[in-house]
Amino acid sequence: MQVGLFVTCLVDMMRPRIGFSTLKLLEQAGCVVVVPPDQTCCGQPGFNSGDRESGRAMARRFLRTFESFDYVVAPSGSCTGMIRCHYSQLFPEDPALQQRLDALSARTFELTDFLANVLKVERLDSPYRGTITYHDSCSGLRELGVKTQPRRLLARIPGVHLKEMSQPELCCGFGGTFSIKLGEIATRMADNKCHDALDTQADAIVGGDLGCLLNIEGRLRRLGDRRTRVLHVAEVLAGPEPEQD
Amino acid sequence: MQLTSSLFKRNVRHKLVDASLQHNMKRFGGRFSQARAIAMLEVDNLEAIRTAAAAIRDRSLAHLDSYLMAFEERAMACGTQVHWAETAQDVNRILIDIARAHHVKKIVKSKSMVSEESGLNEAVAAAGMAAIETDLGEYILQLAEEPPSHIIAPAIHKSVEEVAQLFSEKHHTTLQTDIPALCREAREQLRPHFLSADMGISGGNFLIAETGSVVIVTNEGNGRMVTTLPRVHVAITGIEKVLPTLNDFSTVLRLLTRSATGQSITNYVSVLTGPRRDHDRDGPEHSHVILVDSGRSRLLGSELQLALRCIRCGACMNHCPVYQNIGGHAYGWVYPGPIGAVLTPSYVGLENALDLPQASTLCGACQVVCPVKIPLPELMRVLREKSFRLGLRPWHERWAIRAWRFAADHPRLYGWMTRLAVRLLHRMGGKEGLLHRLPGLDGWTDGRDMPAPSGRTFRDRYRETRP
Repeated sequence: MQVGLFVTCLVDMMRPRIGFSTLKLLEQAGCVVVVPPDQTCCGQPGFNSGDRESGRAMARRFLRTFESFDYVVAPSGSCTGMIRCHYSQLFPEDPALQQRLDALSARTFELTDFLANVLKVERLDSPYRGTITYHDSCSGLRELGVKTQPRRLLARIPGVHLKEMSQPELCCGFGGTFSIKLGEIATRMADNKCHDALDTQADAIVGGDLGCLLNIEGRLRRLGDRRTRVLHVAEVLAGPEPEQD
Repeated sequence: MQLTSSLFKRNVRHKLVDASLQHNMKRFGGRFSQARAIAMLEVDNLEAIRTAAAAIRDRSLAHLDSYLMAFEERAMACGTQVHWAETAQDVNRILIDIARAHHVKKIVKSKSMVSEESGLNEAVAAAGMAAIETDLGEYILQLAEEPPSHIIAPAIHKSVEEVAQLFSEKHHTTLQTDIPALCREAREQLRPHFLSADMGISGGNFLIAETGSVVIVTNEGNGRMVTTLPRVHVAITGIEKVLPTLNDFSTVLRLLTRSATGQSITNYVSVLTGPRRDHDRDGPEHSHVILVDSGRSRLLGSELQLALRCIRCGACMNHCPVYQNIGGHAYGWVYPGPIGAVLTPSYVGLENALDLPQASTLCGACQVVCPVKIPLPELMRVLREKSFRLGLRPWHERWAIRAWRFAADHPRLYGWMTRLAVRLLHRMGGKEGLLHRLPGLDGWTDGRDMPAPSGRTFRDRYRETRP
C-alpha cells in the first residue's frame, strides 16, 4: 500500500517532528510512505479568506502531486477537511477534473482516522507516560467525524491517561487567519480553552491540528505556563523522536 | 436600529473588557445549548425532521411569490388587511398610517425583531404616539434605552441585579432582586397599558398560506394580550416567513421551540386568523399584516438564499463561541451571531458590515445545530469571497493572500522562502523558543506568544534523512 504523506505547510515549517512522527506511525503499520517534494499548502488560508483562486490553484497542485497514490494521509483534520469537503465544489466548469479530484479526495485521510479506521492499527508501542487532555479540532470533528479515532488509539498506550476537559469540542479560537484578523477574540477563546484544559491537571494538551496547538500553546506561554506540554497526537502515538533539531 | 456593524472591531474591544457583560455571558453560557441538547433527545428522528423542515423552507422560498399571494388572498378573505413594505421606511410609514386611520394614541408591542430593523418605536414616538414593549426582555431594554442583544432572549446581556436597579430607578420602587417579584412588578406596570392601548403590534413567527393566518410562538402571555385586547392588531413580519400549510408549521414547530429554549413546546402558540368574528369572545376589531421585504427578495436566487430558511431560533448564536464571548451588541445591528453575520451584510450592505463575515472561526458549531440546516460557515465564506472580489478587504491582507498563493504554487520558491523564514524565526525565538512580537502579526502576538519553529523545514530534513 503506497501512501503519500501530505505534511501540511504548518507542520513543514513550524514543527517538523510531527511529520516524522506521522511517517514513523505509517511505516510501523506497514505502509510504503512517499513524501512528494513538490507539495506545499492545501489552499485553505486563502480559500477561507475569500480567495477562491487559492483553493483552485492548490487543488490542481494537490492532484498533480498525489494522484498516483493509493492513499494520502495528513496529520491535520483541517487540511484534510479542506480537501475532502471543499475541493469538491471548486471546478463546476470542468467535470472531468472535478471527478479526478473527488476520487483523490475520497482516498485522503486525517492521520488518526486512517490509523484507526483504514489500517485498523491495534499495536502502538509508544513509551509515552503521562496524563493528557484532548482538544477536538473543529474541522476534524465536524467535517470528518474525527472524535473517537484519536481516543481509541491513545487508549492502546499503557502510559497514557486521558482526562477529558469539560468542553473538548469548543473551538480554541484559531480559525486560520481569524486568529490574526480578530486576534482579541481569538485570544479570549484560547484563554477559555487553556483554563478548561488546565482544570484537568493534565501535563499535556493533545490535539490533531497544529494550528490549534500553536494557538493554545501561544496563549499558555503568554500566561506564564512553561510546564504544560502541548503536543500533536502523532507525537504521543509515535513516542519521542530522537531530537533532530 | 442604529447601525454600528462597521465598528465591529471597536465594539469587540469594548465588550471583551466589559466586566458585567462578561460575567452575564458566562452565566448564560451553555444554558440554552444544554437545554436544547436534552430537548432534542425527545425526538427520535431528529435528522429526518431537520431534513423535512429544511425542505419545507426551501419549498416555501422556491415558490415564495405564489405562497405570499395565496396568503394575501386567504388573509383578506378572513378580513385581515395585507400591506406590502418594500423598505424599512415603508414599514414605519404604513404602520403610522394605519395608526392614524384608527385614531391610535397608545400602542402595546410584543416582540418583533423586524420592527427593530426599521426603528419602528422611534418613528412611532416621532409621530406623537407611544409604543410600549411588553415582552419582559424588550420592556427592560426599552427602560434601559438599549437594543436587543439576542433574537429570542433580548436582555440576556443583563443581570438580575442590573434589572432590579433599573426597575427601582424607573418605577420609583424599592429595590428587590427576587425574579418572580420583578416579573410581578413589570406585570403591574404593563397591565394598565394593555387595558388602555388602542393598537397591538406583534411580530409573526410564520405566515400560513393555506389559511391566511399569522402564527406567534411565545412564552409570556403578553403576545395574547397584544393581539386580542386592543381594537387594532398589526402583525409585522418578513416575507420569507411564509409556510404553505399548518401541517408544515407543525413540523417546523417541533424544531423551533426545542432549538430555541430547549422547550418541547412554548407556553403559547397562537394561530391568528383575521379580526374578531361575531361569535368570537375576544380579538381585535381590525387586523392588519405588514409584509416586509427590506432586502429579503435580493437574496432569492442568490448564493445566500439558504439564509432565508432561518426560523429565528437563536441556536446558532447560543452555540457560537464568538457570540458567547462578545455578546450580541458587538455585531452592531438587529441580528447577531452567525445568522447575523450573514443577514446583516445582506440587508444593510456588505461595505457597512465588512468584519461580520470574518467574525467566525468557521468552527461549524452553528451549522450542526441549525434546525433547518443552513450552511452558515459556507454562507460566511460566500460573503468573504465577495469582499475579496470587490477589493473591500485591507490591501495588505489581499496582498498577503495572493503572495502566499503564488509561493505555494511554485514549490522551489516556496521551499526557499520557508527555509529562510523558519531559520529567521528560530533565531528570533532564542533559547526560550518563543516569539513575543512579530511585525505585521500583532493580531496574534498582542495576546499570545508564537512558539518558534525548530529552524529547519520538514522537507529539508527529510531530504537529508532519506536521500
